[in-house]
Amino acid sequence: MTAFSTWDIVSNLLLAARWTVLLSLLAFVVGGVVGLVVLYARIARKAWLRRAAGLYIELFQGTPLLMQLFLIFFGLPLMGLDVSPWAAAFVSLTLWSSAFLAEIWRGCVESIPKGQWEASSSLAMSFVEQLRYVILPQSMRIAVPPTVGFSVQVVKGTALTSIIGFVELSKAATIITNATFEPFTVYGFAALIYFALCWPLSKSSQILERKLNVAHHHH
Amino acid sequence: MSLITITEVRKSFGQNEVLKGINLDIAPGEVIAIIGKSGSGKSTLLRCVNGLETIDDGSIVVAGAQLAPDEVHLRALRLKVGMIFQGFNLFPHLTAGRNVMLSPMVVKKVSAKEAEAEARARLDQVGLGHKFDAYPDQLSGGQQQRVAIARALAMKPLALLCDEITSALDPELVNEVLAVVKALAEQGMTLIMVTHEMRFAREVCDRVVFMHQGRVHEIGPPEDVFTHPQTPELKQFLGVA
Repeated sequence: MTAFSTWDIVSNLLLAARWTVLLSLLAFVVGGVVGLVVLYARIARKAWLRRAAGLYIELFQGTPLLMQLFLIFFGLPLMGLDVSPWAAAFVSLTLWSSAFLAEIWRGCVESIPKGQWEASSSLAMSFVEQLRYVILPQSMRIAVPPTVGFSVQVVKGTALTSIIGFVELSKAATIITNATFEPFTVYGFAALIYFALCWPLSKSSQILERKLNVAHHHH
Repeated sequence: MSLITITEVRKSFGQNEVLKGINLDIAPGEVIAIIGKSGSGKSTLLRCVNGLETIDDGSIVVAGAQLAPDEVHLRALRLKVGMIFQGFNLFPHLTAGRNVMLSPMVVKKVSAKEAEAEARARLDQVGLGHKFDAYPDQLSGGQQQRVAIARALAMKPLALLCDEITSALDPELVNEVLAVVKALAEQGMTLIMVTHEMRFAREVCDRVVFMHQGRVHEIGPPEDVFTHPQTPELKQFLGVA
């Protein structure tokens, strides 16, 4: 029987953590882009667009991420579309984060006083121009802390993809445990790595929040 | 030939009809004060002229631009009438100068250089040339309102709508804003103002419109309206009954 040193365990976990980081980054960034589109629809003038976006958001917020993963990983092959664990993980996390980000940002946009819309309307700006030059620059400042805070949820959400066989940090921990029979050590280290990823994010979210609250000036 | 033609305008909020058939023609260069109790529909009427409210019936035409709910018509209308608000509504993330420059650049595609020259001229006009780089939260209420006027003027409107523009100001700041409005009136700008400043209305306006329960109840030159009110409602409003 082969013996595993602590370094063997940690180094293998760290190698797998690269996939956790990559998946989180991609889901967050692409989810953010999709989220912007959903946000636009959610606050559009056309009622059917708003309803469609509302439905999209409720669908992803109202069902477990695990179900979304399963539906994409097991469901799409039924329709003749073969998806790899990697693709299923990426697609479901992206859709999931886009729905949450759109809803977070909608709250930020709606916190901008109505007078800002009216003033920019009276200056003959179109809806898109109002968003681009007046509303979004102001709501972005408010949006930074909750958005960074949500990125922690994305990182932790990637752990679920281990269930469909995508080898990231959690799946690697399971594989290593099966070989070493040292679950406490292995999962302990895995948890530490998650913490090392998430803690700086939530800490910076707090700091940003305090900074934006203190700053009365915009310069 | 009138600049603004308001014909049989009706507007309801739910069951509550706030405008019950308004007719008003305003000539170029005319200065109009709209007075009346709160809830008489005066602010709503003003907001309709700029398309901030839709109308249920009737029509509003400003120099050939007709009020209609689609973006193309609204844009054409708003290029002709500017609006100043009670709460100033400056863009807090931009300096005073940038506030004035934004819309000409975005809507009219004016170059940054031209827009800056225009913004400096308009801020000078309201006596705030030296505040070009100040942010709104560094300005007093009166100064903010003057920047808002400069911002509206930079779009070169044919008429300005003023919605209780001094109501949110401390008493000692009211005059600096009214002085700017008076200067505009003297330069021939068409102005429609909803106001509680009766003395100012009397001094500066060509006609005063008294609104009551969604209708134009009395209308005429300030001397007539203020010194010889015809209806009991206006007498009561002016406190001379």
